Amino acid sequence: MLNRKDLLGIKELSVEEINLILDTAAGFKDVLGRDIKKVPTLRGRTTVNLFFEPSTRTRTSFELAAKRLSTDVINFSVPTSSVVKGESLIDTALTVQALGADFIIIRHSSSGVPHLLAKKLVASVINAGDGTNEHPTQALLDAFTINEKKGKIKGLKIAIVGDITHSRVAKSNIYSLTKLGARVRLIGPPTLIPKEIEGIGVDVFHDMELGMKDVDVVMMLRIQMERQGKGFFPSTEEYFKNWGLTLERLSLAKDDVIVMHPGPMNRGIEITSEIADGPKSVILDQVTNGIAVRMAVMYLLSGVRR
Amino acid sequence: MPKELMNKKDIDRALMRMAHEIIEKNRGTKKLCLVGIQRGGVHLAKRLALKIKQFEKKGIPVGLLDIALYRDDLNIRKEQPVVRRTEVPCEITDLKIVLVDDVLFTGRSIRAAMDALMDLGRPACIQLAVLIDRGHRELPIKADYVGKNIPTALSETVQVQLEEEGSEDKVILEKMAGEE
Repeated sequence: MLNRKDLLGIKELSVEEINLILDTAAGFKDVLGRDIKKVPTLRGRTTVNLFFEPSTRTRTSFELAAKRLSTDVINFSVPTSSVVKGESLIDTALTVQALGADFIIIRHSSSGVPHLLAKKLVASVINAGDGTNEHPTQALLDAFTINEKKGKIKGLKIAIVGDITHSRVAKSNIYSLTKLGARVRLIGPPTLIPKEIEGIGVDVFHDMELGMKDVDVVMMLRIQMERQGKGFFPSTEEYFKNWGLTLERLSLAKDDVIVMHPGPMNRGIEITSEIADGPKSVILDQVTNGIAVRMAVMYLLSGVRR
Repeated sequence: MPKELMNKKDIDRALMRMAHEIIEKNRGTKKLCLVGIQRGGVHLAKRLALKIKQFEKKGIPVGLLDIALYRDDLNIRKEQPVVRRTEVPCEITDLKIVLVDDVLFTGRSIRAAMDALMDLGRPACIQLAVLIDRGHRELPIKADYVGKNIPTALSETVQVQLEEEGSEDKVILEKMAGEE
């Protein structure tokens, strides 16, 4: 059982809890395949999307998940809210809760914000990305997609390629995939991989050709353009030359390798279009599975606590 | 002391009769589809389909239905029920659906199952087959095919144990803990 009010990160989840979420998501994926893609499960409840950072796909995915569970959804976009008038974070959240929110989906540029709100609020808080800390639902949908395509996660060789240091997606995935028994390797420039990260049970490769050998799954990360010009890598051209995913590099992996990307993609910088749109890409499956996984998370957190 | 209400033979005979009744009432197997409610109903639906196939030499589709998302107590439960797969192998619109469950009690699961089915399509009709009817209905629901009617007290529980779940085939009646 998922005996918690909030989903803040993968770090604190047990293997059993992760598996429960993934199994539950399979039931919700059945729902998404029907003509009527909506269930009455959470009628009468309210979800608030509180996004302090731009996001299209995660916000839309949570919105759809919430609507398909029959909750009412309010999107609180920051530029139009009182936050620009200087309302504090906690006041904003308390206001949203007073409006009747049962679920608060939060994204914020500072790590730890969801954790702070979770302590202050009765509502369930779901972390939709906090700073460079975690993005738990992305890691869950990635695990779900790998499981769906490969039938297992245990023992698979999974490469995560790109800016590991600043990536909350990478961090959540490292936690979940190592817990689920995968052999995780990180590939990228030394400036973008934390020192001594091998200590948590992953391998590090700075040479992409070496790192790609025999992998079952390649998970590309977005090069965050806002980091460009800060000395982490010389130029986007140089980055592509060394760490971009090309057909030649992909051919070093297993024949049945799958390619993942959390989006949004920078085509021609971390991944070529022919791979992104090619037969090994499961990028669009990730998007669809994201809705099922988020429905599962909301459902499992929805037990009544009064 | 738990009391055994049905043994393996009793269950098999009851299912055999129910299979005959289903064919009789529907005049054969045309447009017929069995849908088992997770989990106990699923095994019984498969067994009924096998018997119908033996009698009529024609296979009929069997679906599995999970009703967790349609329950009427989701707003009061502390922990939500496990969600299992729903797999109905065909379009149910215009089919005659026989819902199969192990025990009919308050009728609330059947209400949920009917709502879940309706979201999958518009069946020609829905019939209900249960191995045990233990009474105490809270909704106006009645089974079309019953393996055995068993008068019970509210303080008792009825358990249908099946080989598919790793135990011996039997139905037992038990006093709930602390009610001796």
